Amino acid sequence: MGEEKPTRIVLQNSHQIDPYSLDEAIGVGAYAAIAKIVEEKISPADVIETVKASGLRGRGGAGFPTGLKWSFTATDDQVYVICNADEGEPGTFKDRLILEVDPHRLIEGMMIAGYAVGATVGFVYVRGEYALSIERMSTAVQAARKAGLLGKSILGSGFSFDIEIKKGAGAYVCGEETSLIESIEGKRGYPRLKPPYPGAVGLWDKPTVVNNVETLANVPPILLHGAEWFRSVGTEKCPGTKVYTLLGHVERPGLTEAPMGTKLQDLIETCGGGVKDGKAFKAALIGGAAGAFVCADCLDKPMDFDSLQELSAVLGSGAILVLNEDASIVDLLDGILSFFKHESCGQCVPCRGGTVALKTLSERVRNGTGTLADLDKMIEIAETMQAMSLCPLGQSPILPIQTALRHFRAEFEARLNAAGSAPVA
Amino acid sequence: MRELLDRYPASTEYMLDMLHDLQDADERNYLSEEALRAVAEYLDVPLSEVVSTATFYTMYSLKPRGRHIIRFCESPPCQLVGAESLLDLLSKHLGVGVGETTADGLFTLETSSCLGVCGVAPAMMINTEVHGNLTEERIVAALESIKALPAGSGAGGVAHG
Repeated sequence: MGEEKPTRIVLQNSHQIDPYSLDEAIGVGAYAAIAKIVEEKISPADVIETVKASGLRGRGGAGFPTGLKWSFTATDDQVYVICNADEGEPGTFKDRLILEVDPHRLIEGMMIAGYAVGATVGFVYVRGEYALSIERMSTAVQAARKAGLLGKSILGSGFSFDIEIKKGAGAYVCGEETSLIESIEGKRGYPRLKPPYPGAVGLWDKPTVVNNVETLANVPPILLHGAEWFRSVGTEKCPGTKVYTLLGHVERPGLTEAPMGTKLQDLIETCGGGVKDGKAFKAALIGGAAGAFVCADCLDKPMDFDSLQELSAVLGSGAILVLNEDASIVDLLDGILSFFKHESCGQCVPCRGGTVALKTLSERVRNGTGTLADLDKMIEIAETMQAMSLCPLGQSPILPIQTALRHFRAEFEARLNAAGSAPVA
Repeated sequence: MRELLDRYPASTEYMLDMLHDLQDADERNYLSEEALRAVAEYLDVPLSEVVSTATFYTMYSLKPRGRHIIRFCESPPCQLVGAESLLDLLSKHLGVGVGETTADGLFTLETSSCLGVCGVAPAMMINTEVHGNLTEERIVAALESIKALPAGSGAGGVAHG
């Protein structure tokens, strides 16, 4: 192919172009992939095949193969594409950056998704707090529409596609695809029972593809350079790059794009500048609040979907919160459980009651008035929630609780013992 | 009020947008009963449906708030670098607790889940503006800069530039 192995894909244009300028975006290759598709009359089925062959997996957290998701989308007189920009996982802001620095890449990714699944309308659902993202994305959509890159018969191809931006209003659960769909419909963001999946019954009961921002941002270069090019970085099962957010006790907190499967130690050293103030590494919380605690034996492990799953952890959205030797796992877990209590939507009983009970127990442990039995009770409740909750929100607290107690149980016991509480219930 | 609503087709798809606009247009930054009724009437849906939607989302308030909304992030990345004690300090400086409005009607203090600005944790937003790498000095400076703004500017005004 002669194409160079990419080091950056989705953030390639970050700070290289004026995000308000369509001309500058086109100057660095925006809309070249969709132009190639319509000019060479590449069929929607072939577009899906290329995305399948690239091995691209959903970057919102679940890691589901994108091409497969597209191929599962039913045909109908109306099909929708939704870009999930309701980024709310604590410690994650990669989607915000993509929206703010390269909005045309996202528009093009949505167009290609629309072309592939037969959709003519796309929605970008952006969280309400992201005022700048909404502004830049709106400006870009207007410019694209004015230039004839959105609308009827784009580039004279007969393919029509337009995009509407929807502003969220503050609800973590709306990052879950069916809650997001309910929210676009103007309702409370309650998750739906699955199946049916959105690919069959989605927005206004029509087949709907929901993809994360980072996922869609990978699509144009894949179509332009080919699946093989994309596979030249990352791992066999997780090709491409990942935008990781590296936070907490590191010298340079922030965001970095690196090949999928980069080792935790390398991310901390090269991107984060090492653990802050020369302190020792204690643990990392990977994947946000719905993520897992890992300890020092994970430093040499690759950060990708499969490798972390083997360790009973998750990559999730790619948020990595680094904790030094002074960090308190007990306090942090309590913060995480406050978050879940606040964000539970209240629709299903296991999550509504469970998140409250977990916070009550955790607070008791944190302030030393709890008992050792409370720790086991937390596991029991979170396991019940995992089995019985309707959506990933209620299914998630088990992960941070279980991994915190697996690696740092002694710290919890010490907190309880120091407060002089009874060793058993 | 009707003018704001008329910009949208009468479809529930636009309810969230309408609620945002009406709230931003209210100088006390909230959705009054009158506003909720106007949306229900415009969309031809029961008032209960509008209230149901409005109360689900944290960005909407059904009680009057200050002119400037402070959203203080209390998610794990901010918590890890001292957000809890800074929130106490902020609360002390304002003389109100979380969810309350200062007596002069200038600020309402709210907490928020991750604001997505963790690179500058600990962080807060005042209206649509992010304030990061917070220390007590920076918090005080941010409050002072808002107090120095001409009367009449507020969350809604800033959002609309």
